Amino acid sequence: MALNAQRRNLGRSAVFAMMASLTAFALPQVAHAEYADVVINNYADAAGMRPVIFPHWFHRVRFRCKVCHADLGFQFKAGGNKINMAKIIDGQFCGACHNGEIAWSVENCGMCHSGIPGTPTHFHGSTVQRLIAPTYKALEKPADKK
Amino acid sequence: MSYKAHARWLTALVTMLIAVTAWSSEVLQPAQPAAVEWSSSTDQGSVFAAISESEVMHLADVSSANTFNQNLKKHEANLPPPEDGIHDPNNEATFALQPPKVAFKGLPESTFGNQVDWVKSIDQKALAPRWDRVNPDEEPFVLDMDIVRPVKASMPDVVFPHRQHTEWLACSNCHPAIFIPQKGANQISMSAILLGEKCGVCHGKVSFPIETKTCKKCHSKPKPDDWKPPLSSATVNNPWK
Repeated sequence: MALNAQRRNLGRSAVFAMMASLTAFALPQVAHAEYADVVINNYADAAGMRPVIFPHWFHRVRFRCKVCHADLGFQFKAGGNKINMAKIIDGQFCGACHNGEIAWSVENCGMCHSGIPGTPTHFHGSTVQRLIAPTYKALEKPADKK
Repeated sequence: MSYKAHARWLTALVTMLIAVTAWSSEVLQPAQPAAVEWSSSTDQGSVFAAISESEVMHLADVSSANTFNQNLKKHEANLPPPEDGIHDPNNEATFALQPPKVAFKGLPESTFGNQVDWVKSIDQKALAPRWDRVNPDEEPFVLDMDIVRPVKASMPDVVFPHRQHTEWLACSNCHPAIFIPQKGANQISMSAILLGEKCGVCHGKVSFPIETKTCKKCHSKPKPDDWKPPLSSATVNNPWK
């Protein structure tokens, strides 16, 4: 009987330890998107669209920086190009490739407009962003700050 | 041997036998009555349970507060878009986007930024990004020229390699808007870089980040043997000199 009680206690303590470790791991942690992803939210939020996320890494695998930043005239600044859909359909900026010939066309709205609504224009994961507190809304708010 | 001596031996033997049997019964058969008493008392059992539970709770509290390296932030890199924290998982098309890990398979690795060594990727021909928007055969104009910039403080001097940069960029990307192509014409400091000027136009945002791990990528030339740290010209009247 004593042995049984001891076993029960051991089981209980194991359950406690498991719960403690589970809560430690299940706490909301700010997930980090890919370094150099650019969120562009000049006009999207106001127009009721999700902000645009430009993945640098995906384009960098296929093109050198020069193609967009010298030939197509993209400024080295997040949100600094004042891109809108009219310009893209006109073949400027993203529209130079996203025209259904080099890359998929503009009817795939959600492929670019895929950000969490309300996320401001910024370089994601930049050194400066890592040094200061994040200005954008995290995916999950901590339970005590709701 | 006399009869008396025999009797003495016998008594000694008998006492020894008695002692041995007593000892063996004590040792080989543990005190059963005590065990029965202990196990039958249920009160004692519950007290034991209460103590051990509170002890476990206490230990769990302490260990979660004092986890190892709790301030050393380590984030899993290259998560698929729906889990990365900026893509909206409620957007259907988010799930159609390529996860970075799939694209980075087989590329040389690094320990910062994208976790990909982009320069090595091109050098090893693991990647063949286009130099022209439509023509895949156009080759970049590569300029192999290193610029050494002496650093005032004790950090190793900076070597700027044109080769790695011209693999990716055209001259007009940097010259003359960001860097005046003339010796001594450019004031560069780490604060300017962190504020997004000079090298910081790209580094720290898209090309490799500014971290402890990456200092040596630029500050790569050891000081000359006769180098001495400059003496401060600050005075009591002008401490910020």
